[in-house]
Formats: sequence, C-alpha cells, structure tokens
Amino acid sequence: MSAPVNGYFGYGQTPTPNGGAAAPRQNGPVQTYTAAYPAMSYYGPPPQQRNYHTIPSHCTGTSGKPPVANSGRRANDYYQNHCHVAAPSSAPLSHQYASAIPSSAPPPSGHYSQFQQQHPPYATPAAYYGQMSYHSPPAHSQEQQQQQQQPTLLPPPPGGLGSPLYPVVSYPSSPGTSQYGTLVSNQTAAPVRTTRYGNLQPGSTTAVAGAAVHPGYNVAPSAQMASAVNGQGSTIAKTAHRTCNHQPSLNYDSYGGSVNGDRAPSGTPTSVPSSPAGTQYGYIANSGTSSASGPTAAPSSSSSEDDEDDDEEEEDEEAGDDTSSSTTGSASPVPNSYDSLEEGNYPDSMPPSANSTNQASPRSSYGYSAMQPAYGVGPTSLMDSQASRDPLGPSGYQQYPQAFPSLSQLSAALGGLSGVPELEVEALRPVNLLQERILLPPRPLQAPEPNLSSELKKVNCSPQTFRCTLTSIPQTQALLNKARLPLGLLLHPFRDLQQLPVITSNTIVRCRYCRTYINPFVTFLDQRRWKCNLCYRLNDVPDEFMYNPVTRSYGEPHKRPEVQNATVEFIASSDYMLRPPQPAVYLFMLDVSHNAVESGYLKYFCESLLDNLDKLPGDSRTKVGFLTFDSNIHFYNLQEGLSQPQMLVVTDIDDVFIPSHDSLMVNWKESKELIKDLLTSLPAMFSESRETQSALGPALQAAFKLMSPTGGRVSVFQTQLPTLGAGLLQSREDPSQRASAKGVQHLGPATDFYKKFALDCSGQQIGVDLFLLSSQYADLASLACIAKYSAGNIFYYPSFHHIHNPAQLEKFQKDLERYLSRKMGFEAVMRIRCTKGLSIHTFHGNFFVRSTDLLSLANVNPDSAFAVQLSIDDSLVDSSLACFQAALLYTSSKGKRRIRVHTLCLPVVNQLSDVYAGADVQAITCLLANMAIDRSVSSSLPDARDALMNAAVDFVSAYKSNVSNLQHSGLVVPAGMRLLPLYILSLLKQKAFRTGTSTRLDERVFAMCEFKTQPLQQLMRMVHPDLYRLDNMSDQGALHLNDRLVPQPPLLHLTAERLSRDGAFLMDCGSVFYLWIGKCCNETFIRDLLDYPNYASIPPNMGCIPELQTLLSERVRAFLDWLQDNRAFSCILHVIKDDASAKATFFRHLVEDRCESGSSYCEFLQDIQQQVS
Amino acid sequence: MEFPFAAFCFMLAVLLSAALILIAVFHLYVFDELKKNSKNFIEHCYGLNSLVLPEYGIHFCIMFFCATEWFTLLFNLPLLAYHVWRSKPARCPGVYDPITILDDGTLTLCQVEHWCKLVFYILSFIYYLYSMIYVWVTS
Repeated sequence: MSAPVNGYFGYGQTPTPNGGAAAPRQNGPVQTYTAAYPAMSYYGPPPQQRNYHTIPSHCTGTSGKPPVANSGRRANDYYQNHCHVAAPSSAPLSHQYASAIPSSAPPPSGHYSQFQQQHPPYATPAAYYGQMSYHSPPAHSQEQQQQQQQPTLLPPPPGGLGSPLYPVVSYPSSPGTSQYGTLVSNQTAAPVRTTRYGNLQPGSTTAVAGAAVHPGYNVAPSAQMASAVNGQGSTIAKTAHRTCNHQPSLNYDSYGGSVNGDRAPSGTPTSVPSSPAGTQYGYIANSGTSSASGPTAAPSSSSSEDDEDDDEEEEDEEAGDDTSSSTTGSASPVPNSYDSLEEGNYPDSMPPSANSTNQASPRSSYGYSAMQPAYGVGPTSLMDSQASRDPLGPSGYQQYPQAFPSLSQLSAALGGLSGVPELEVEALRPVNLLQERILLPPRPLQAPEPNLSSELKKVNCSPQTFRCTLTSIPQTQALLNKARLPLGLLLHPFRDLQQLPVITSNTIVRCRYCRTYINPFVTFLDQRRWKCNLCYRLNDVPDEFMYNPVTRSYGEPHKRPEVQNATVEFIASSDYMLRPPQPAVYLFMLDVSHNAVESGYLKYFCESLLDNLDKLPGDSRTKVGFLTFDSNIHFYNLQEGLSQPQMLVVTDIDDVFIPSHDSLMVNWKESKELIKDLLTSLPAMFSESRETQSALGPALQAAFKLMSPTGGRVSVFQTQLPTLGAGLLQSREDPSQRASAKGVQHLGPATDFYKKFALDCSGQQIGVDLFLLSSQYADLASLACIAKYSAGNIFYYPSFHHIHNPAQLEKFQKDLERYLSRKMGFEAVMRIRCTKGLSIHTFHGNFFVRSTDLLSLANVNPDSAFAVQLSIDDSLVDSSLACFQAALLYTSSKGKRRIRVHTLCLPVVNQLSDVYAGADVQAITCLLANMAIDRSVSSSLPDARDALMNAAVDFVSAYKSNVSNLQHSGLVVPAGMRLLPLYILSLLKQKAFRTGTSTRLDERVFAMCEFKTQPLQQLMRMVHPDLYRLDNMSDQGALHLNDRLVPQPPLLHLTAERLSRDGAFLMDCGSVFYLWIGKCCNETFIRDLLDYPNYASIPPNMGCIPELQTLLSERVRAFLDWLQDNRAFSCILHVIKDDASAKATFFRHLVEDRCESGSSYCEFLQDIQQQVS
Repeated sequence: MEFPFAAFCFMLAVLLSAALILIAVFHLYVFDELKKNSKNFIEHCYGLNSLVLPEYGIHFCIMFFCATEWFTLLFNLPLLAYHVWRSKPARCPGVYDPITILDDGTLTLCQVEHWCKLVFYILSFIYYLYSMIYVWVTS
C-alpha cells in the first residue's frame, strides 16, 4: 500500500493534461466515470456531448460564483444528503467532500452511500465526511439491458416463442446512444446539508449550483471538471487552496476509462471503450503510480494487515499469494480490443507536478487507509476500527442492513426453488416424438436459464462462456445415474468479450482455504467476513476490499466489481509469476518440399503474413522467426543490420543443432524490413524445389531448441507425411476400408514421438499449431498430437490446391487472417474449481492436464473451448446452489500477467423432474460427442456409435420409467429434451462417427479434433446446421440493428421435404454457408440477389453474393452478416444449384433423411423405441 | 547347521521385498504429489515409469522354483500374472502416461493398486523372514 493509488473513474479526460490553469480545482480525486447510463440518467450526457472545457476562470472564481455547469451535463436531481457537518469546518481551510461519484454500476437497491474521501492535502482536523445517497437512476434496468446488448425487436413473429430473448446477439447500438455519462460531483460540503443542483441544461456552459456554496469555499463545480473532476475540488476554499494546486490530478484523469495509461494524456475519450455495451466499471486505478512521490508515498500500514490470510501458499503459480505491497484496486471497462487492455497504468506517463505538496495526492480511495498518514489526518478517524468510522456518520455502515444482497439473493434463490416456474413446466411438457413432427423452435435454440432468483440470474456467467449440461444439478450421484444424462461443463474461457471488468488490485481476494476467487455468489456474513461458496468456509474481508472503487465508497464490499460480475479479469501481481512474463514469440515452420510448392500455399501464407504482420499481437519485445524444411532444415538469420536475410542450412537431421542462437528469433520491429524481404522472396526461393522428402520431426526438434528459452507459439505448416528422421510415419490408411462399417483402425497415434514432443513443449510453454494442407493421407492422428497436448489448434485443408481448389484456398486465407490477428495468451494455466462434493473426472480439449483440476495451456487462444465431465462425490444436500469457477491465468501479448475468472452458479435439485427440466440438450450433445470420441479412440468406432445410441435410449427409458406417468405407447420425452434424438442422429452422421460412407481417415480424425475444441455454438451448427428459406423472407420479427433491418426467417427441419424447387434456402453449417437455389426459383429473386437473369445463367462455382442495391440483396446480406457476426473465423459461402454435382454436399447435411451413412429420423426413432421396450 | 539354498533364497527375498516396499511407498508418495499441483508433473510420471521395470524385475520368483518352494511360488503367481498383464499394452510413454493418468480416475486406480501392492509386499516380507528362519532352523 505504499503507493496509494488514485482510482479514477475512467471516463473523463480533460484535454489539458497537466493542465496548468485548471489545476487549482483539482485538488480532489479526479473522478471520471464511465457510467453506463443513458443520457437521461442522472449522470449526464453521453460522452460525445461532453465538453472538456477546462475553465480556469472558474477555478479562481470567488466563492459566490456559481459553479460552472458542465455543458452537456445534467446533474439533475443530484442530491447531496447526509452531509454531516461533523465539525463544520473551523476554518476556511477545512473543506468537505461529499464527492463520491456514483459509480456506473449502481446497485439495484437504488441507494448509494458513499464515503467521502477526505481531501488529502488539507489535513484539517475538522474535516468531515459527507455522504450522499443517490437515487439510483431509473435507467438501471436499461443498463441491464444494455449489458445484454439486446437488440431491439420488432414485433415478434406470430407464433414465436413466448420469450424471444436473443441475448446472444450483441449489437452495439449506435454511438449516439451510448451511455457513458459522467457525473460531476460538485459538492459543497458546506453547512447546507442538502444541495440540490438544478437541472443543468446540456450545453449550457454555466449553471448555478451556487446556493449551497459556503462563502469562502470555492465552488468549482465546473461542469467541465465534471468529466474529470473530483467532486471535492468544488468545495475548495479558494484562496487557501489556490496555492495548492494539484496539477497531477489532471493527469490522473487520463488513466480513466480504460487502463491505457500511456494514451491517457491525450485526454481524448478514445480510451473509453467504444462499445456501447456500457461497461460498467470505468474507474481505474493508477496502481501505485502516483504514490511513489511526495508525502503521499507514506506506506500504508494496512498492507501488512492484509497478509493475514495468505499463510497458505501453493506452489503453483495459479495459486499465487495474494498480497503484495503495491496498491490499488481498480477496474476499468475493457474494450474488446486487446491492445487497449494491455497497457496498464504507467507511472511515467504522469506529468510532473509542479506543486510538490499535493503532488500525487492520493485521492485514491483504494489505498484508503494508506493515505491518511500522509496527510496527517488522524488515523483514527479513518482507520480500521469501526468505532472510528462512526464519525463518518451514515457512510458505510448506515446501510448495513441492506448491504448484503447476497444474503437476500440466496434466500430468494431458495425460494425460487420451491415453486416451479413457467419455464420448467414448458420444458417438462411430455412430447411424443412419433407424433410431433415440428420440433425445432423458430429461432436457434438458446441455452436454458437456470432456475435461480432474478438477482443471481442477472450476475450469472454468460452461457456462451460457461455452460453446464444440467442447469439443475442433481443432489446425489444416485439421482444423476437415474437421470441417465451426462453431467459436465462446457467452457469457452478466453473468448472475445464485448466487455470485461478489469481489476487492478494489490489484494486479489480469494478464499484462504480453497483459493477460490471472490465472486458474486459468496455470502457476506457481516461487514468483515465472507463465506466461500465453494468450500463454505469463512474468510475475512481485507481492508482494501472494503473500499469500492466503483462507487468510491467505503464499507460496501458487496458492490465491488468482483462481486457484481461473474466474469472479471484481474491484473496479477508478481506472486502469480514463476518467471518474468514472457514476450510474444512466434515461429513459423514452413514445409517447402516439392509437394508443398506444388500446392501453392507458400505464396498465400507469405502474402497473408505480410498483410497481418502489424496485427500480430505483441509489444515491443515481440520476436518472430522462420524455419523451413524439406529433407534439410533451413534457418533464417534476420539479425538487424543485415542487408538481406541469410539462409542457414542444417543437413544433419539426426542430430539437429541451432546454427546461431541470437539471430534466428528476432525482434519483429527492429528487423521488420528483413522479415518483409524474406516473406517476399520465400515463395520464389523454393519454386524449383525437387525435394520430396519431409523431415518434420527434426525440424520440430530444432524449433523446440529455438523456442525453449522463451516459450511462445510455433505454427507448423505441413503438406505431407513426414518421411525422414525422428517421427517419420508410414501410410496406415487402407482406402478400401474407408467406407467400412466395421471399425476404423488407426484413430490413435502411430508413434509417441509427437506426443512426447508436445509434452516437452508444454513444459517449456511452447504451443504448437498445426496447419495440414495435404492432398494425401498425412496421418493426422499422429501429427495432431503436437497440437493436442500443447494446447494448440489444428487446421486441416484436405486437397488443398491454390488453383484447383479455390474454396479451400479462400478458407485458408480467412483462417490465416483470423489466426494471425487474434489475441493470444501465453504460459497459461486454467483451474476449474467446483463446489465441495463435485469433482472433475475427465477433461476434453487441447491442453495438458497437470493436476486434478489444473490444465496447463502453453498458449491460449480465443477460439478454443474445453469440456469437463463431473461426478458427484458427496451428496449436495446441504447446499442449494452449486458453483463452478474457472480461473485462467495467462500472460497477455503485452507482457502482463492476468487472471480471467468465470463463475457459474446453478441450483441443486433433488427431483428427477427438476433435473430434466434444467437439462441443456445442446450441451449434452456436445459432451456426449466428446465422450464418444474418447471411446472411439480407446475402444472402437462401432462402440462409440453404440454408446451414442444408448445415450438416447437410456434417457428415453429413464424418463419413461421414472417421470412420465402417462401410459403413452409412443416415444415420450420432456419438451426440453425433444431434440436429443435428432442431435444424436446428426452426430452419428457426422464425419467423425459415420460409417458406410467413404470417409478419409484424416478427415475423420480432423472432425474428431474439431469436436474437442470448438465452442458449443459453432459445434452445434456443424452437427445440426440451421436451414432457412430466403425467397419468402418477411420483415416480421426482424431485428433492428444499427439502422439495418435483419430479417429473421424461421428455422426449418433438415429434410428434403422442406425444400422446394421454387425456393432458395440457406444452410448455415458453422464455417460454411450453402445457398441452395431451386430449379424453378423465382427469377426476380435470382436477379435481385445474384445479379443473374435466370437460374440457368448462375455459374456453378459462385462463392459470394454481389453487393446489389436491391432490398432483397440488402436484407440477405444483413442476415448473412448477422449470422457471421459472432464467429471467430469468417465463413465462406457456396451457391449451389439444384442440378450441380455439388448438390451432394448440401444434401449430405439434411440429416433427417435417409442416406448411405444412416437411417432417417423416423427410422431412428423407431429403433430407439424398439430398444426401449 | 548348514545354510540351505532355500534359506538363502528367502534371505534374498527379504531384502528384495524390502526394496519393493520402498518402491511402493515411493509410488504412493508421487501419486499424492500428482494429485496436488506439481510443477514437474511430466518428470514425475517419467520417473515412475523408470521404476516400473525394476519393480517388475525385482518381483521375480524363479528362485523359489529353483528352491522348490511351491507354496511361495504359488503365493507370488497372481502378482506375477498381474504384472505381465499390466505391462502388456505397450503404450508409451510408459505405463503411467502423463496425458491420461489424471483422466477418469486413473490416478485413483493406481493408488489403490499400490496400496494393495504395499500390503502384499509387507506380508511377503514377514512371510519370507519367517520362512527363512524356519527353513534355516529346521534344516
């Protein structure tokens, strides 16, 4: 705590950093907010309207001068209540601050009690602390809505489901409606107890709030200040204080909003996340930055006290110790772009303050107790003992009774369990699958909502990030067994988020026993203790946690961002590092054998990398290297200063060595020209290559030697079977067996070389990504191991050829673009903790399991998902809620250690019907697929298929015998699970599991790898594509997004019955769109959409939709963009004519029809029924 | 009183079973480590694997065959068979695969296995000691 930190609400930034004239007013903590309020709320206008005037004249204004209202700010109804004139300042020097600014995330309670910061420089004995309570803005609900980014809906389609929420859709509203407001807190803490500021008209440059001004106090309420200003400044006694300019305060502003410290001085609002999603935490901490200087650096006495709970240390980094001596908690809204996240608060960006006395005045509240001594405030007044806080009056404790919503949430949650909500009733409605033909909902299926109280629902983790197969956890293993459904979690922990609270805090509060991070589902027993929701043990609330940087108030631990958000990110201290954070290091390994040159990938790779070189995530330390191989290994010396790249060839592949140690991996900024040179010349260098051998294994060993000092990412581009040196492979595929219905051999690796290599890489924090661009069998089953166990990705482009296969080429280019520019996390570990009684027994995904709950991820990328299977060890009778927490500790590409924490809370039930009501059919399908893949590798493919089939049969019979009391003869399942048989049938027809259709071994293995790593939604679209009819789209139920109308055609069943010759249908398969045009399709439609006069003139290989100005074209493109919007990798589009040979690929996805690889849906249901009875 | 060959065999067996006990204890200790976070998980696994063959090797009972101690041979046969079965799938890296050992309760199974072995080794240690003295005294 030696560095008390000023937390600033991030939003406002005065344009004059270090602002000379404005300085006098900024004695107080500068507060800028990113308020997630619409302009109508209390806190002023959207940022665009804000004027960042610094009006020096106001600062010096006489006491009677009306405060300047910030133009554009409306401080309406801004009440200052409860200003306690504890000692109505004896002297003009004493001034009071009532300035806590309501945070952007007001609690629903609508009441704030905020603790006043004492203005540090003025150590007035008579300082008093005002407290204000703000009425919570009515816009609160709106804010919530914004959080969900729910697009506005046009009137729902008739027949739509009752609850057409589309929370998945995240569309930024137009900037004009952005909700960032800033609030000025101009309080005069003067004797007037309640100051009301009249409505300050937006745009008015002056406004009056003068009534409350105590003579002798300079009210510098300036609206302008508002953006950046401390509320406290406003009450400063002018004369005395003028000399005490706090220049730094302006600078602090610049930290606001986001953590970009270094950009801050610009004062532009750019640091504010532009996403209208309304990030709630706009404050920031300058962690420790200011504190170093001046008197304020007084170390906080409290830091030592915080240590108490950290006696237990785990060896693992993830379990790093919590305390550190640096200061501050803060959070900031995080824009999606990683870059802006990365920069923390940089001390050096702070301008020197002219006035040393107030320099770096710790307005921060974070180092709350720490700042007292520096300013000579009697420590007792602020220090820990509660009694001493009493003088603060109604602050903090006043609201004690309502201070702990968690308690009420819990009870509400309990209450919620007793009743059966509507949703469940619907989910439990018995459906006879043999009779009901229309099973699909009109819109893509959403994750079922856990049956929790609305408060808990609101803070619960997004289903896109964290999803459980059973949203109601069965109480005992026996009940789970009875339900015959798998229990597991599907995680997508590092996905790109629209908003993410980032917290910088010297104390990351965790359970002392189980090391759980504090989360919204803990219970605060009283002000000083909280109960862990995973192990149920009591912990102390550290002092620092008592201060809420969002509301700038003290004594409200339950309003900290950690406790208000199920997904947060911490900036970790050095306790969480085993070594200094590594730089981003990228090595590209390129196959340059004849086969590779023939396929032509090299040229496109080099082009793509050239285009995206600047987008590679990283900072000034980023290193890049290249290595090519055929039967030899070629290194490239790119050392700065060379006139051109030097190629170094190593021919001894049995004992690979590195020819030069420091010049092969080079700083990409310093050697950029050389890198560009190399990339430009590389395709031509090998164009004459006649070398057909490939020494992948030795090349990998060389790469390992190159990378092992730092760790990083290795991207392997391979086009054929490795034929030389270590790890050579033989062709194992027997083409005649491709369609065999009897087991498929060779799904496992042929050699341990790649597995061992991957483990070594994992140990050195090297992640390996594999791009396989092979036209022949390349034994992906063996090669995939290098990516599987080093947490890499696998990309496979069968029959890649730059001329003959333009579709694959396009996909390759798009994938590369995403691959090169997506954000990265290095040397990561992920720990998944569960409520006591639950345990993880199997993991699925690409990683290396290092402990029973710890995954080691050399690299983590935003496109990988994971699955785990859970078992219930002890009965959960004592708990009504089960929680899961995934904590991902990683090094960002900017060299910051960060921890991303997701917490999911689910109810525990003891009735089988409740378990079924909460079952998530999509999650279950994905988990079953993962389990089946394990089974097919460890046992055999027919076994896995049987297991899938049995899963459906078991479920139906379990439901029949235990829940359903109807004596139907048909196949009865609860409505919530009505799609399970369909999804299972789809799984059985996937490349990974199908038999009877000719499937290449590599493609099958690749499909299996995809199942293991793709996030749920992507996976579901691959398993069961969405089919829409486009030619009769109407605007009914369309979404309004950014002034565009996105039509929402209903989903169709995947059967040829639904197709018609006069229609046009769009099939969304996750990574590819098929647009199928019927033979008799309306010519107007074809003309308007495709710009061809009629069906016959459509070319066979059409791959895009022209941008026409017709209404239809706009609608369709809007719809395609909308579908595309949340996906990591761009989809490619194929226009398929009814008579084209490509038609087969389209019809293959119609899973409800009979095909060579499986029965039709009706037959499948009959099969199930036979087995059940 | 001469020192019969059988007594010599038992004396050797006492020493070897002492070694086996140590190995089993070490296994249990490492499994325990693996359950917690271990920084060098892979090394631990490989370390265990390097002990597997010695363990199986030490547990040889040919000498009892030579010494015509049929009961003792019988006593050891089940474990011998188990060892043969256990080492049969030539999966590498070794019997304890760092990738799968934490999946699906494999580690728990291994722990149970080694507790059983530990008990067995201790019993055999006592039995060999007794037999050694008995054979020696009665000869």
